[in-house]
Amino acid sequence: MSTDTQTANKTMNMIEAINSAMDVMLERDSNVVVMGEDVGFFGGVFRATAGLQKKHGKTRVFDTPINECGIIGVAVGMGAYGLRPVPEIQFADYIYPGLDQLVSEAARLRYRSAADFICPMTVRTPFGGGIFGGQTHSQSPESIMTHICGVKTVIPSNPYDAKGLLIAAIEDNDPVVFLEPKRIYNGPFSGYYDRPVEPWSKHAASAVPEGHYRIELGKAATVREGEALTVLAYGTMVHVVKTIVEELKVDAEIIDLRTLLPLDIDAIEASVKKTGRCLVIHEATRTSGFGAELAALVQERCFYHLEAPVERVTGFDTPYPHSLEWAYFPGPVRIATALTKILKD
Amino acid sequence: MPETDRRPASNLPPLSLHIPEPRYRPGDTPDFGDIVVPAVDATSRPSEATKPDAMRDLCYGLVRVLDFDGEAKGQWDPKLSPERLRTMLRYMMLVRAFDDRMFRAQRQGKTSFYMKCTGEEATSVASTMALDRGDMCFPSYRQQGILIARDYPLIQMMNQIYSNRGDHLMGRQLPIMYSAPEHGFFSVSGNLATQYPQAVGWAMASASKGDSRIATVWCGEGSSAEGDFHSALTFATVYNAPVIFNVVNNQWAISSFSGFAGGERTTFAARAVGYGIAGLRIDGNDPLAVYAATQWAADRARTNNGPTLIEHFTYRSEGHSTSDDPTAYRPAEEPTIWPFGDPIARLRQHLETLGEWDGERHEAQRVELEELVKTTQKQSEKLGILGHGMHQPFETMFQDVFEDMPWHLQEQCAQMLAEQEAKFGPDWKPE
Repeated sequence: MSTDTQTANKTMNMIEAINSAMDVMLERDSNVVVMGEDVGFFGGVFRATAGLQKKHGKTRVFDTPINECGIIGVAVGMGAYGLRPVPEIQFADYIYPGLDQLVSEAARLRYRSAADFICPMTVRTPFGGGIFGGQTHSQSPESIMTHICGVKTVIPSNPYDAKGLLIAAIEDNDPVVFLEPKRIYNGPFSGYYDRPVEPWSKHAASAVPEGHYRIELGKAATVREGEALTVLAYGTMVHVVKTIVEELKVDAEIIDLRTLLPLDIDAIEASVKKTGRCLVIHEATRTSGFGAELAALVQERCFYHLEAPVERVTGFDTPYPHSLEWAYFPGPVRIATALTKILKD
Repeated sequence: MPETDRRPASNLPPLSLHIPEPRYRPGDTPDFGDIVVPAVDATSRPSEATKPDAMRDLCYGLVRVLDFDGEAKGQWDPKLSPERLRTMLRYMMLVRAFDDRMFRAQRQGKTSFYMKCTGEEATSVASTMALDRGDMCFPSYRQQGILIARDYPLIQMMNQIYSNRGDHLMGRQLPIMYSAPEHGFFSVSGNLATQYPQAVGWAMASASKGDSRIATVWCGEGSSAEGDFHSALTFATVYNAPVIFNVVNNQWAISSFSGFAGGERTTFAARAVGYGIAGLRIDGNDPLAVYAATQWAADRARTNNGPTLIEHFTYRSEGHSTSDDPTAYRPAEEPTIWPFGDPIARLRQHLETLGEWDGERHEAQRVELEELVKTTQKQSEKLGILGHGMHQPFETMFQDVFEDMPWHLQEQCAQMLAEQEAKFGPDWKPE
């Protein structure tokens, strides 16, 4: 963490921390603009931009047409002018109409123009399931983003990280896709959908400085140290897997990747070489998921340290179901089964 | 029509699917006699602040200034000085000389690809001349006239076309995908119409900063079918963005005639109507009409009166690119019978009618510009041509993916350099 102004901590949930990051950046940099569907007067369907328009004015924080191609395309042009746009895509599931502007334009503008033009844009978007959102409000498209060359992909797992990473993303001179795990906006998730939600205020990471601080992109965090195996996780699954390993009294080392691209390969390598076992977990569909990339990297770099095959715990290769959501979700049973398997050899 | 399992017996008439078909194919005798050519002074020029719904007729008419005898007439006449007209003529002639030379260079195997804008020179040259120098242009791929009209060094264009060691884009882009920020020229994408919402974003940024510069953007009638076009017009009308939309309706998108973009049903300018923005349909082969329309739209944008969509009604006289043979899908004589003639010939005729130009000066200028292009070409070729030697250091392949190179690209770069060393030996350097 680096901070240039010492400010008091405040208890924030993830939404408040994300809101605070944008508030700080709108205040510090007159080129920052926040825009998206319902983000202005109303403050966003998840309230992430609540109060920002009133405070910073309508030309800095405003609503857009329901047109993701336009939102991202317009942001590319704003970046070319010299602004630092922070567009919101209301749900990650809606990003596809804007994907050409992201893949072919935002991501490649620096390269194709040899840095004549850059795209310092941060696309914020809530992703992931566990909220009964059905197949159009639950997807986890992170591996689509990491497959684009020229885009950084960031996924926070708690309020403190969310603010520091979002500020770093906004200050970054390259396009960043900032995926917000919406299941944990209001509190960390244990994986037991039938238990009451624990609020962030009971979690240490809800203590968030009110001012400016950055968490460097590309740096993972060790959430739990352990010797038995390494778990590579991000977003919601950090909390789910932590609950399960603690219940099962497995001495797992949990690495919260925080940034998928650029990836903190050193942290991964050091941990897996220490534990000799690696479990990769994500909520996204399995085939060609980011877990496949992680498993390949671990195998390439740590093969002679491995005592068991790399195990993947993921969502299934189906659209995200509505009523059967909890049969889809990589929850306690799936995680426990994988842990048993990887630890038995 | 055969009865199928899918079509139960019914008294209703069968539906039929319309697949557009151009009127003339190779071997047919084309006739453009049905194209309505309104009188040159038939179109009134509304004030730049006119509400879009009070000027809808301009979406369906045709703004003209030059008649076919070389006289400038009517309310739209921008009344340019002879000096300015000669400059315009010179730029258009330079574009044509450049195109001819670069087309030939591709045919000689000096580069992979080229795109001419023959017959459409006015749509970028005259348009750019009506803008302020600080206004930002978001071109498609056939607007080399913007760079020429802003005096961008020809050698830099050629270096880009040859991907040689003078190419400031490091040989990364297909020929003609220029980028020139100092000349208000946005990086050409190669994906179609993506620049449309980007231009709107630039214009919105300019407006939000209280700047006085406007944005202008070009696409073809074919790519006006892209979703990006409609996204852009939606954002532009919502935010009243200071932007000029140019649709260069040159009748052909590779082999697809304008009917595949909706041209059989209405004009392209008429798309402005649905968005509630100003629309102008103009003779794109009339440089003075292009200038006047752009000037009108620029004044409108600059005074916060909103965006304008300009349809440049023109004709693509040559192939889509060096990879295209238009005689395979349209009659070879179509370009020669286009009722609006050639923009260079028309401006020349106008200047001659004014007594400000003559055949001798024209010929001298043509030769001079050809020589200029040829001399510049020789200088550029000294810096290399595509496929003859490697002109960029290998590691440039990995630069500018991000501002700072992350570890995975550093690793891949090292791998590639090792591969090249295995191939060429350790002492290899770019030419």
